[in-house]
Amino acid sequence: MNIALIGNPNCGKTTLFNSLTGSNQYVGNWPGVTVEKKVGQVKKYGVSLIDLPGIYSLSPYSMEEVIARDYILKEKPQGIINILDGTNLERNLYLTLQILELGIPVVTAVNMSDTLKLRGDHIDYDGMEAFLGIPVVPISAKKGINSDLLMEKMLYQRKHFKRPSICYPPVTQKYINLIKNKIKEDGFENFFAPKLLESDAHCLKNYTSREIRIFEEISSKYEQESRLHDRELSLADSRYQVVEQISHRFIHRNPNPSKTFAEKADEIVLNRFLAIPIFIGLLFLIFYTTFSGLGTGLQNGMEFLMETLLEQPLSGIIRSNGVPDWVHGLLIGGIFRGISSVLCFLPQILILFFCLSLLEDSGYMARAAFMMDCLLEKIGLSGKAFIPMLMGFGCTTPAVMAARTMENERDRRLTVLLTPFMSCGAKLPIYALFTGVFFQEHRGMVLFSLYFLGMLTAVLCGLFLKSTLFKTSQAPFVMELPPYRMPGLRSTFYLLWDKAKGFLIKAGTIIFSMSVVIWLMQNVSLQLHFIQDGSDSILGRIGSLLAPVLAPLGFGSQEAGIALLSGLIAKESVVSSLTVLYGGNPSLGIADHFTPMGAYSFMVFCLLYVPCVSAFSTMVRELKSKGWVLFSFCLQMVAAYGLTFLIYQSGQILIR
Amino acid sequence: MTLKELKPGWTGTVKDIVGISPARRRLIDMGITPGVKISVRKTAPFGDPCLICVRGYELSLRKKDMKQIQIEEVQKNEYRLNWKSKLRENNAF
Repeated sequence: MNIALIGNPNCGKTTLFNSLTGSNQYVGNWPGVTVEKKVGQVKKYGVSLIDLPGIYSLSPYSMEEVIARDYILKEKPQGIINILDGTNLERNLYLTLQILELGIPVVTAVNMSDTLKLRGDHIDYDGMEAFLGIPVVPISAKKGINSDLLMEKMLYQRKHFKRPSICYPPVTQKYINLIKNKIKEDGFENFFAPKLLESDAHCLKNYTSREIRIFEEISSKYEQESRLHDRELSLADSRYQVVEQISHRFIHRNPNPSKTFAEKADEIVLNRFLAIPIFIGLLFLIFYTTFSGLGTGLQNGMEFLMETLLEQPLSGIIRSNGVPDWVHGLLIGGIFRGISSVLCFLPQILILFFCLSLLEDSGYMARAAFMMDCLLEKIGLSGKAFIPMLMGFGCTTPAVMAARTMENERDRRLTVLLTPFMSCGAKLPIYALFTGVFFQEHRGMVLFSLYFLGMLTAVLCGLFLKSTLFKTSQAPFVMELPPYRMPGLRSTFYLLWDKAKGFLIKAGTIIFSMSVVIWLMQNVSLQLHFIQDGSDSILGRIGSLLAPVLAPLGFGSQEAGIALLSGLIAKESVVSSLTVLYGGNPSLGIADHFTPMGAYSFMVFCLLYVPCVSAFSTMVRELKSKGWVLFSFCLQMVAAYGLTFLIYQSGQILIR
Repeated sequence: MTLKELKPGWTGTVKDIVGISPARRRLIDMGITPGVKISVRKTAPFGDPCLICVRGYELSLRKKDMKQIQIEEVQKNEYRLNWKSKLRENNAF
């Protein structure tokens, strides 16, 4: 049995989904985080729960609304759970009224009922239930209160469902009925009648021009007779009148609310003078924890674990069993070191994701988007693009997916094109390796300059694209600022576990096989003989083909070319390839083969060139056009080669 | 006057929403309908967008879009006054 979960963005829908299904998926405070269709099983009740994207209305304005509406109309779920944010019932009920018109069994869940009690608000749930004609269940998704009751009511409702009838103000109701008489009854006529009354373009498509003329006649009469003389306004107003009636009768807010925490916090966080310093401070704190403080400590611990506690005993065991040298080389020098060099960065990546998810869950991310909107507007984007951009520092793949929260195709496309320039977490191992060898003293500065350079490139490309290919007008920026909330630790750890699992799977599959392939290609010649001298190997040949192309960038060595190629599979592979290529000790190897300037430009190239297969395939999916995919590939290659060339060559001149 | 001209800390009543869909439609769906009280709470550090309070929740609107919302019956935000006068009372004792 399919049950759809539907509600406004930020009403706790994803949290409820997790607590009902126990699935581990992303929970955020950013409006519209749920863009993918997610299905979970509620085993106890034999129900498939479908998590629909967060929407404000069933008018197909944004992509999410189209997804949700199409799902309901085409797949016809057997039931709908409509979740409402109890602290913001008025706007949430606007959607509920539209859902009621669908004629599918509905149960409403009023979330955060525990918070409401604390605030001294009183809600007459029974009264609401009687008025709406459907069950109204107070729940708390975060604490799991009443979720069993909710499911039981849903199952009961499915068997004993009576179509609720909502009465709109007389004029509106009269014209809705007029239209309803003109269309055939297909179970959704109560839903389509008001949509046709307000001339919803998506709905009109299914009718003949003669029918459309009749609808138009009714709609224009409606405009004349209604108080507001506008079909869209009048209908929305009628709905809100019903909502106000409910609110007036059944919702009694505490008349003397204490100033809420959000208001107090916003006085400081969004203060005209303090906002930007706080914002920069927070970003700095995150970067510091990830890259210097805690992160480095954990990384060293991991290195110790891998090298001293695992590699040496393992190597001893293999040798003592008298296996041939090449097997030992493949196992230890190839596979083990390849994987361990990447695993050492797991702690840092997890810390970064932890910080980002805290920002998002607490509601600060939306404030950051609010602050940054003015700047992002200048490169043709909106504040909402800030989230994908910031997530891009973690991993480009989810970041590109997050771009779906934007309403307008143009914004979405531009964000997808620019996000890869944000240096992703998988590139960190590369920076860590190179700065560790060449820039030990100025590590922070060099890292900062790289991240900054990435952002600068994004800005420049944004400006360029805005004035060339993306000239069309910009979408309106309407974004809800959710109240501050305590991040749920459970969902944060779910998320971290998910990331760690993803990373480990990647290490076990892609990086494992890459390490084997690279080790073999490096130790086998074109004639398929094992050789001692690496320059004659298959990899050596490929590398020497690339070397002259890369020479003007300051790293014209075979190894650099090979490492960059393997980076197309996964950015972590750059380090593991270098480790294998330099015989297990990358630090010594790069110290011998790179100049400091060359090392810096190598990092710049890694920062800017085409992202890994997983990110790139996500981009292909989101851009939905071969032309744009090709464009994005070229954009990144040109930017990477051009900027690295510029930096290396001007660096050479300055040194001279 | 339009919402764009409303100063932070002031409240008005929505009279009409002009402009073309879908931008207008989105504003209406968010609960900005004629007769509803709307107030400006804050301006973002760089001057745009603004933090708007309507129907008991907060949303961010750009000045460009605020021009589409016509308002009337403008008055200083009572709530804010109350809070400040309460502070003063508390300090007096």
